[in-house]
Amino acid sequence: MIRIKDLSIQLAGFSLDDINLNILDGEFFALMGPTGAGKTLLLEAIAGLIKPRRGKIEIDGKDVTYLPPEKRKIGIVYQDYALFPHLTVLENIRYGLHFHKIKKDEEKKRLNYLADQLKIRPILERYPENLSGGEKQRVALARALIINPKLLLLDEPLSALDPVFREEMKKELKEVHKSHKITFLMVSHDFSDVLSLAGKGAIMNQGRIEQIGDISEIFQKPISHFVADFVGMKNLFKVSFKETKAIINDAIEVETGKTLKNSYGYLAIRPEDIVISKEKLTSSMRNNFKGVVKNILNHGFYHELHIEVEKIIFKALVTKNSIIELRLEKGTTVYLSFKAASIHIL
Amino acid sequence: MKRKKEIFYLVSLISGILIMFFILLPLIKMITQPSISSLKEAIKDKEVIKAISLSLYASGMAALISLIIGTPFAFLLARKDFIGKRFIESVIDLPIVIPHPVVGIAILSVVGKNYWLGEFLYKMGIKVMGSVTGIITVLTFVGMPFYINSVKDGFLSISPRIENISRTLGASMTQTFFRITLPLALKSMLVGIIMCIARAISEFGAVVIVAYHPMVAPVLIYERFEAYGLKYSQPVAVLLIIVCLILFFILRIISLTKKEKAL
Repeated sequence: MIRIKDLSIQLAGFSLDDINLNILDGEFFALMGPTGAGKTLLLEAIAGLIKPRRGKIEIDGKDVTYLPPEKRKIGIVYQDYALFPHLTVLENIRYGLHFHKIKKDEEKKRLNYLADQLKIRPILERYPENLSGGEKQRVALARALIINPKLLLLDEPLSALDPVFREEMKKELKEVHKSHKITFLMVSHDFSDVLSLAGKGAIMNQGRIEQIGDISEIFQKPISHFVADFVGMKNLFKVSFKETKAIINDAIEVETGKTLKNSYGYLAIRPEDIVISKEKLTSSMRNNFKGVVKNILNHGFYHELHIEVEKIIFKALVTKNSIIELRLEKGTTVYLSFKAASIHIL
Repeated sequence: MKRKKEIFYLVSLISGILIMFFILLPLIKMITQPSISSLKEAIKDKEVIKAISLSLYASGMAALISLIIGTPFAFLLARKDFIGKRFIESVIDLPIVIPHPVVGIAILSVVGKNYWLGEFLYKMGIKVMGSVTGIITVLTFVGMPFYINSVKDGFLSISPRIENISRTLGASMTQTFFRITLPLALKSMLVGIIMCIARAISEFGAVVIVAYHPMVAPVLIYERFEAYGLKYSQPVAVLLIIVCLILFFILRIISLTKKEKAL
């Protein structure tokens, strides 16, 4: 188990403050946050590459806070892979073996296993400059895994790959995690990567952890304005509460389905939870509003509609087919509906 | 637009031709002027061979000293930020900008008997003035900045992440330096050595103040020019150029080979 307690790091112009994190053995944990949130810094502190100002890092109950990186048995794979350019793929992978007392037979066994699992046998004699992004990624993984680390740190491991390799590598990462039974800690800002790979995660902002929990929980129930915004809750409104209703700008009353204790707060709705129709829907959805399409943004596979209701803009996602079928364009009058269960009160 | 572009290229081309002309004309003239027989005579002249050998030896020693003490210092400058770093970097560049005779006078002022260091060295039996030690001291002084700057740039071009990976794989800081950083910086080190030797071998102003004797090649060329004129100094100069060209050509080939291997 990885336990981080009150960890603080002070660098020129940036600091990590009071980081508390528990990662269970064998877990695939994702660390998310915008650029400059301190994710990589935290990763490097866990690896022992940056000294903390205070706090504690424990691995399996052992305090490793001031242990040098070479004594921690923590592997790291960077976004740019950081392969040793003057060594062949085989030499890159074998590098870590020089510093660990491993029998020759075992070395060979591990090497063969990784070469087959990561499909790198044909490229063992090549130099890194002659490898594709996907191949470099596999080599970096094999190099980190050959020493059987207790924890593998992945710094944006898929961000430099093209979409085809990305999906392939996602599958491989999943398989590697399953077969090696190692704890994975991955930094990412891509929600689809996180949703398909990690079980638990944390959102970081300006050197602090904003929310920790199950990935689905973070995405569905953000606990702060920042997290809601970060995980794509594009409809975020300041509201006042009256019994079970949340009132936006004293103009729109939204049925939340629950009695609210506070007088004021925030209401969040995911854009994909809003249903768009030309006629008023007669369904179980308790919130129906008439509005006008103000803008349509093309995001490739889907479109983002900006719909004005009582001078308040709601954002909804629809497919290209829906745009054609509903003949949606700027100025079209539509109905937007959403369930009370889709509403998140912050 | 196209016409403007063409004019720009034309100006660039003319500038290039002028620069080539400016650099090559005196050199070509000097190289081609001495007769083969005078060159042969220069090769047979023990004093010439001794001076060129001493120039090569002292420059080589300056490069070796720079390599040994300059490499770790260059690594420190490339990897760490500390108070006064900018000042230290400026101090390293000082020998490049100081007039050469001033360098000689500055060195003499600390190794002369009137100063504690000079007195200490004298008691230790180390003679600086008018000795090979003095020549090496001067050449190291003028050559080392070129080595340090080149190697520092080499270290800076290596991503610290590569070193981080090495550490997490079990290598200590020293092991990482020798197994990863040094091989990757080898090309810069070789370039630094070439620069250091090149600067040292051409030094005259500082050497002539600290050690006129034993004579290095530039001092001998100057002396022959002063005593016998252009005709007698040119063969020595040509011989020095040929030897330097061969040496730098070999070092360049080695450095390029290392680069290919590193990639």
